[in-house]
Amino acid sequence: MKSVRFHASPVLAVKLPAWRSRAVLCVLFLAFLALLVRAIYLQGFSTSFLQSQGEQRYARNLDMPATRGKITDRNGEVLASSIPAWAIWAEPDEVEARPEQLATVARTLDMPLAELKKKLADPVRKFVYLKRQVSPQAADAIGKLDLPGIHQRKEYRREYPEAELTAHVVGFTNVEDTGQEGIELAWQKVLAGQPGSRRVIRNRLGQAVEDVASIRVPHDGTDLTLSIDSRIQYLAYTELKKAVDTHRAKAGAIVVLDVRTGEVLALANLPTYDPNERRGLTGEQLRNRVLTDTYEPGSTLKPFTIALALERGVVKADTIVQTAPGKLTIGPNTISDSHAHGPLTVEEIIKVSSNVGTAKVALRMHPQEMWEMYTAVGLGQAPKWGFPGAVAGRVRPYKSWRPIEQATMSYGYGLSVSLIQIARAYTMFARDGEIVPLTFFKAHQSGEPLAPVKGTQVISPATAREMRHMLEMAAGPGGTAPKAQVMGYRVAGKTGTAHKLTGKSYVGNRYVGSFVGFAPVSNPRIVVAVMIDEPSNGIYYGGDVAAPVFSAVVGGTLRTLSVEPDSPIKSLIIPADSPREAL
Amino acid sequence: MNRLLAIGIALIVMSGLSLVSSQYRARQLFIDLESARAVARKLDIEWRTLQLDQTNYSKHSLIEAAARRDLHMQPATPARTQYIVLAQRSGALDDATKDISKDISKDGSPAAAPSDAKAAP
Repeated sequence: MKSVRFHASPVLAVKLPAWRSRAVLCVLFLAFLALLVRAIYLQGFSTSFLQSQGEQRYARNLDMPATRGKITDRNGEVLASSIPAWAIWAEPDEVEARPEQLATVARTLDMPLAELKKKLADPVRKFVYLKRQVSPQAADAIGKLDLPGIHQRKEYRREYPEAELTAHVVGFTNVEDTGQEGIELAWQKVLAGQPGSRRVIRNRLGQAVEDVASIRVPHDGTDLTLSIDSRIQYLAYTELKKAVDTHRAKAGAIVVLDVRTGEVLALANLPTYDPNERRGLTGEQLRNRVLTDTYEPGSTLKPFTIALALERGVVKADTIVQTAPGKLTIGPNTISDSHAHGPLTVEEIIKVSSNVGTAKVALRMHPQEMWEMYTAVGLGQAPKWGFPGAVAGRVRPYKSWRPIEQATMSYGYGLSVSLIQIARAYTMFARDGEIVPLTFFKAHQSGEPLAPVKGTQVISPATAREMRHMLEMAAGPGGTAPKAQVMGYRVAGKTGTAHKLTGKSYVGNRYVGSFVGFAPVSNPRIVVAVMIDEPSNGIYYGGDVAAPVFSAVVGGTLRTLSVEPDSPIKSLIIPADSPREAL
Repeated sequence: MNRLLAIGIALIVMSGLSLVSSQYRARQLFIDLESARAVARKLDIEWRTLQLDQTNYSKHSLIEAAARRDLHMQPATPARTQYIVLAQRSGALDDATKDISKDISKDGSPAAAPSDAKAAP
């Protein structure tokens, strides 16, 4: 069959008006123009809006929380650690729950139903915390109820397994995970870490499939290893508690230092608190008496006066000083011993703790020398161990000392120190005349050899040795603190019993009994300082209230540290009536 | 010319498909990585919780209470402790044994129970 030629089609033969084709052309042209304009508009003018809208539909910002660092003791035992917890919050307007569901929530959150209802009844607030720091199990249970308007937010809870034992060293954080006290506060920046964030693409199942943009890497907080040994800490705490209970004291404090490294091995205060349960805390409980309270040290300061006199050659250990009649009048004031001793050698002045003797030796020296000595051992100096609230104590400038003040300062009145300062000062006797900087952090890793810590030489090794001998006599039979003796170890130390300054005057029946000493004398390893504040059952001498604590703690600590005994193991001789210390 | 074009087209298609599949594989691996990280986080939290538990259950106060109450133990006093002085370095064993016997004969108190003995290095 012969096909019809296109041009020959009869339909096409029809003549149409020319404007019609032009009109179609125009319409088509306009349509294309519209498309072009739209394309330019989308591509050129609203790109960023559209791209961000698109990204919103598949990209997500994920927060990457940083965990707060752990605090451990020197043996790696955890003292503070963060574990995840949940905050349960609600939008009161949105909450729809049946009464029995509300009851379940209240029960799970361990709060009265009425309180929960009250929180939800608040019409003004859009955001109410029902409870914070909820355990993951409880949060799960509430999540299962799937109540509208009740939400959860992740946070961290800080746990302190050793609770009240290490409360004053470690401190605590608030619900926002910010340090409030102790190491937690002082090292907040180091512990806290830096939270990060990242942007990811998510698939329809909600899984992250790709990182977009750069990641801000989270930095977990640094773990801190303290110098505290929790075994020694426990021992110190229990012995201190025993003494405070027995003597019905208002407060007590103890600190144990490692002589070789200047590490703080234990530090305890009473009254204390449980950092896990901080409701109803009082300032009394929070006070870290070792660091933030100053007291007049009393006789524990005498060795420094005597050491200075020996160092300057003012006296020798066997120089005889007349202390009869047990009184010394300087201007209008009189200082006295508890009973007259007669002529004493310098050694015996320390042994029986004679105020008159010490004052007489002190008055042979210039106030400036004494001031320099006290300053050199750190008294009245701002402490450098970076602990919040640590105080400098007070040693007045020597230019304003009157002679009576010089005399009283020589035996520890008229100046104030903190317990840790006096403990540190005693490292001078324990270390052949050197005083070391203290640290709350472990000085060397286990297994590593002990790096010798450099101290500042204050007195000559010979003087330090002489002082060790005197202090050993003071802590032995015939001294003021025979109860400080430890079976198997030679100990040395000095008692202090001071009237408490209340306002502007000394109150007759309020005392601070203290004892500072070190052991073993042949090669000192630890310094222990004990302070018992206001013992109230009639016994208040440092040798009676503080020395037994020293004895128990030193014995236990040296055994814990496997220190070889340096004296024969025999029964201790504790005389029924030891010389009374002068106040 | 035509053949060259065909080969070129085939290559382009293949490379396109491989791009798609490698992207897919990369995402799969990324998902695996993410879940592994999640597991790591979970384990870390578990480890921290267990560490806390360990400290909680090994508290000195708990142990001491248990030892005193249930096991009727007493703290070892130095009087009841046998200190063994190890001889210096070589040949230590023989000397050490000698030392022990000497020490016991010298100041071993009759009260010393063997379980109380504690060695000081």
